[in-house]
Amino acid sequence: MRTRNLSKDRIKVFLFLIPAAALILTFLVIPIFQCGYYSLFDWNGMGPAEDFTGLQNLKNILTNKVFLKAVGNSFTIVALSLFIQLPMALFLAIVIGRGIRGRAFYRTVFFLPYVLSEAITAVMWRILYNPEPSRGFINAVFQAFGWETKAWLGDTSLVLFSIFVVLTWKYIGFHMLLYITGLQNISKDIEEAALIDGVNRRQMLTYITIPLLAGTIRTSVYLSVLGSLQVFAIVWIMTKGGPVNASEVLSTYMYRFSFVRFQLGYGAGVAIVMLIIALIFSITYMSFVRRTEHIA
Amino acid sequence: MSDNGARKSKKLKNKIPIILKYIILIMALLFIIVPIIIIIFGGLKTRGEFYTIPYVPPIPPRWGNIVRIVKMPIFWYMLRNSMVVTTAATAGVVIIASMSAFVFARINFKGKGVMFQFFTLGLMFPATVAILPIFLIVRQIGLQNNLIAVILVLTTFQLSMSTVILRNFFMEVPSELQDAAMIDGCNTIGFFWRILIPLAKPSLAAVASLAVVNTWNDLLVALVLIDSEKLWTLQLGTMQFQGQYGQDLSLVSAFLILAAIPAVIFYMFAQRHIVSGLTAGSIKG
Repeated sequence: MRTRNLSKDRIKVFLFLIPAAALILTFLVIPIFQCGYYSLFDWNGMGPAEDFTGLQNLKNILTNKVFLKAVGNSFTIVALSLFIQLPMALFLAIVIGRGIRGRAFYRTVFFLPYVLSEAITAVMWRILYNPEPSRGFINAVFQAFGWETKAWLGDTSLVLFSIFVVLTWKYIGFHMLLYITGLQNISKDIEEAALIDGVNRRQMLTYITIPLLAGTIRTSVYLSVLGSLQVFAIVWIMTKGGPVNASEVLSTYMYRFSFVRFQLGYGAGVAIVMLIIALIFSITYMSFVRRTEHIA
Repeated sequence: MSDNGARKSKKLKNKIPIILKYIILIMALLFIIVPIIIIIFGGLKTRGEFYTIPYVPPIPPRWGNIVRIVKMPIFWYMLRNSMVVTTAATAGVVIIASMSAFVFARINFKGKGVMFQFFTLGLMFPATVAILPIFLIVRQIGLQNNLIAVILVLTTFQLSMSTVILRNFFMEVPSELQDAAMIDGCNTIGFFWRILIPLAKPSLAAVASLAVVNTWNDLLVALVLIDSEKLWTLQLGTMQFQGQYGQDLSLVSAFLILAAIPAVIFYMFAQRHIVSGLTAGSIKG
């Protein structure tokens, strides 16, 4: 009697999964498969997709110079984030995390840009980057120091870096916050024990604090890579991928072909390539995490 | 004497890194804060002042640009649309994710692992990838240029992370509590509504705050799914405003000030929840 009640209960509970499952199927899983399907057609989005071209889109994508440029730029942003932005965030977290007065104030300020939208961020920095020193603050600062002013968003060799600065402005506080939380979770006992054993501050950092932060660092690397791969709004609003594709990234490239040029088959192919890149990364990451966690 | 000197220099040596730390910290602080201040200055000036004295404080502040924007009906449309989308999507995320998180935390069944993987697919790749086929599906359903579509899509994008956060929390609730509730005549669903949900308030607040920030800040989904001006969200509007009035930088700055206010107010009140949502989601996810 009781078990029957329970199992009836259970069936009701399974209904709990339906809304989420329906949404994920409709707006995540089915779209991905459709994307794969449409990538096999030359299709402008009007009427049914009939002009089957097989892997031709994929071939065109992988040999397209602008696409390769976009891949390179996306990877550059990933690399800059990992090797410049995250270490800076870690450094700030260590400085702020350790008994500095006004910790809450610093945290609030550094995290503020994360809450502002990418649209606001992008428009804001477009103004700041204005090449005219009387309008753009960055060049005003450069002029004040007697340095040569620069076309931050107009110079093909500078534009990607300029965008990276904006991404750092927006996201450094987020990573810093992750590290601060990680630091707080490190047991004081371990550090005190190390201090008693005569460990100095630098040794503490390299042999104790940072290794114990490994889990947090891994997470922030993961989020940073996935985030960098999908950067869209900031680039689209600031440069639309220009000048001459110098700041084109994967998502702006996909958006351009899908929604500006309406070459939907080709755009779907780009999305699939993006998906594969992201999956290769996240699967590698997960198996790596599993392996290292086994050791630990 | 020389001993004393050595000690002094050692003290100095210890101080240098601390001073250096503060210098770097202050520079980083300026890097974050000065851009915001410059924009606020700009938005509170007349167009003429903006081009002649752009970087001095706006004394007295000129409210002309702000007033001009506040008088535009479109600004209020945007604000309303963003509020509708954010409220609905957040409610959807909290309700739907807590339901599925409950099943994953509390019920054992065959294929649970695979099922959970399916529910957390959204963590494996950027949702941006799916935007083109989402556009096609929305068009097929006939929901294009409709805020409902934006709400549904943004809800979906938040589900994976929210389910993980809530599942972790639900799993921490001791099973003795469930047994006790059962003995008192509570069924599983009763246990969920009457005991687990009230207990989970802090986690629900965290998930909700995170959903508010993420859906409020969306640009791409609205950009792809919405055409008509009256349905623009604030982010979409920000982008369009810059395109339309890009020449008048003081007006654009004023717009930025206004567009940022809701997020800043929310941040002031919900900072703790946003932070705990982010850390719970990323450290355990």
